[in-house]
Amino acid sequence: MALLRSPGPRNAIPLMLLMVIGFAAPLLAVIGFSVVPARTFSLWQLPTLENYAAVFSGTNYISFVYSLVFAAITVLILAVICYPVALGLVRVFGKWSMFMSLLFTIPLFVSENVRLYGWVLFFIKNGVLLGTLKQLGIEPESWLFTQSIILFGMVYVYLPFMLFPMTLGISMVPKETRDAAFDLGATRWQVFREVDLPLSMPGITIGFLLSFVLAVGAIAEAKVLGGQRIIPVTHDIEIAFTYAQNWPLGSALSVLLMLVVGVLVLAVLRRFDLDTILGKK
Amino acid sequence: MTNTHPWNQMTTRSQTTIHGPILELRKLTRTFGALTAVNNIDLEIAEGEFFTIVGPSGSGKTTMLRMLAGMEQATSGDILLRGKRINDVPANRRPTCMVFQSLALFPHRSVGQNIEFPMKIRGVDPAKRRERAIQLMNQLRLPENYYGKNVTKCSGGERQRVALARALAYDPEILFFDEPLSAIDYKLRKTLEKELKDIHRETGKTFVYITHSLEEAMVMSDRIGVMQAGRLIQVGTPNQIYSTPTNRFVSEFIGDVNVVAVRIGPNGKLVADEFGAAFSVPKIPTGFTNGHLVVRPEFVRFLGAGDTADNRLTGRVYNEYALGSRIQYQVRVGEAVFIVEKLRQQAFTGNLDDEVAIGWNGSDSILVSD
Repeated sequence: MALLRSPGPRNAIPLMLLMVIGFAAPLLAVIGFSVVPARTFSLWQLPTLENYAAVFSGTNYISFVYSLVFAAITVLILAVICYPVALGLVRVFGKWSMFMSLLFTIPLFVSENVRLYGWVLFFIKNGVLLGTLKQLGIEPESWLFTQSIILFGMVYVYLPFMLFPMTLGISMVPKETRDAAFDLGATRWQVFREVDLPLSMPGITIGFLLSFVLAVGAIAEAKVLGGQRIIPVTHDIEIAFTYAQNWPLGSALSVLLMLVVGVLVLAVLRRFDLDTILGKK
Repeated sequence: MTNTHPWNQMTTRSQTTIHGPILELRKLTRTFGALTAVNNIDLEIAEGEFFTIVGPSGSGKTTMLRMLAGMEQATSGDILLRGKRINDVPANRRPTCMVFQSLALFPHRSVGQNIEFPMKIRGVDPAKRRERAIQLMNQLRLPENYYGKNVTKCSGGERQRVALARALAYDPEILFFDEPLSAIDYKLRKTLEKELKDIHRETGKTFVYITHSLEEAMVMSDRIGVMQAGRLIQVGTPNQIYSTPTNRFVSEFIGDVNVVAVRIGPNGKLVADEFGAAFSVPKIPTGFTNGHLVVRPEFVRFLGAGDTADNRLTGRVYNEYALGSRIQYQVRVGEAVFIVEKLRQQAFTGNLDDEVAIGWNGSDSILVSD
């Protein structure tokens, strides 16, 4: 093979093999297990689609819908919160805005579970909030273990993943281009619609995708803050692989999740051709 | 400093018909903290004029232009458009338009969409917009099939034309240019300079252009204003700027020039200590004690036997440099250097290191007092 004659690719072979094994092997294993009969533990059987059928005939599809809907709502809330914040960061801090938005990622150094339990202590009955209010003679219901606090937790956890790419996107809009649009008669709103928004679209798109993909895989928020008020699909997968000892069902759920998210990401990336938006090529 | 200078006797072939001033600056000042970027500038720009502001970087010319365009607030002073004060009119409501140094084209739009932008903003219907865009593209020699082409795929010169077309589509009364040609290679720049001047003639609009290159300003402008450290130190036609610079800074701003330190000698003549010689000029202003004598290299002649000149030096030709149609000579007079330029047809025929006599007429030199 001509490719192997040049030293670059030849020397890269060991690393490439490692990557292929590292990335592809677990995926292939999951795909393989998703087509073996339920509650069996050997790959070497006749393939079957019964696990996929079980997802839709049983109740598992509900957790799918929960995960997708909660992720979608989270992303929308994040967009509404982060765009103005990112815009402000860029206008106020200029070239330092990327650094400032990186500061928002500092909480990521603390485990997600630890932070979520922090919120539990804050919201729980007799906790920081309600305990203080009780001293003042006010005793409202605890907000914990509701659907809305699950959303709160997800927005809280995934905020940096929306904010950072958005700030990057907005800071890529050249000031002179905005000045030019304004000079050519555009109102502030028209400058925003015709220049700011389309030119910061790569950042917005990446923020949407990143936070959506992560939010679909969320599990801790529903468990810790939501008290299993809802069961996201990730929780179903975990149960299938552990308590239920049904690897094939867990695998089928995983494959379906990957398919749904993958198709969505591809569709969005196709719709927003990043190269065209960025003006490259 | 009088009109005896040959450059002043040349006719100015400007096509501009002088109307009243379209733009008037009165004591215009802009400060940034302790820095006075634009310092107390008074200026009138005539309707239909091609006016260029020249200055080195940091001279305040960009700040001044941004104030005129409405992108920067004046600290004090007035900007008047046809006699009406426009200081507080924002850029999007001024009948002026700027072509930026970076061109600031919309990278996510096609050539056609870029040109149509100001018309789209104004709500012109798509068919009319397109018609006008095509018309502008023809005028600026952009192929019609570029209409749908992404601007980022255009070459440097094409982008310049798109930027200019977009500005013209706004139909401004005044067009501002913020060094749009500075990033273009020499040959294309020379072409675009001439094209821009042609467009100025065709449209008859007022152009206010800024550049750091006096050479570029010379090619295009009806009048030039030279800025130095926030002040407008001289305003005049290219010929006036070239032939009667008001100070040393302006005289040295274009090309190579001989600037000789002189002082008034005991006999009323100008003494140049550097050359150990005395020079004469037709008239020394009263009160002049010391300053510089400016001699353009093309006015210096090699003197043969029997040739006379008001001013004369003897030195040797140290080196020669070909400058296209002209040849420049470095003549060393003792330690001091004098430069001489001749057309190729009138090239120096001797050898390097030959002793030569050079000379020029007093009326071909300029005396500046700083």
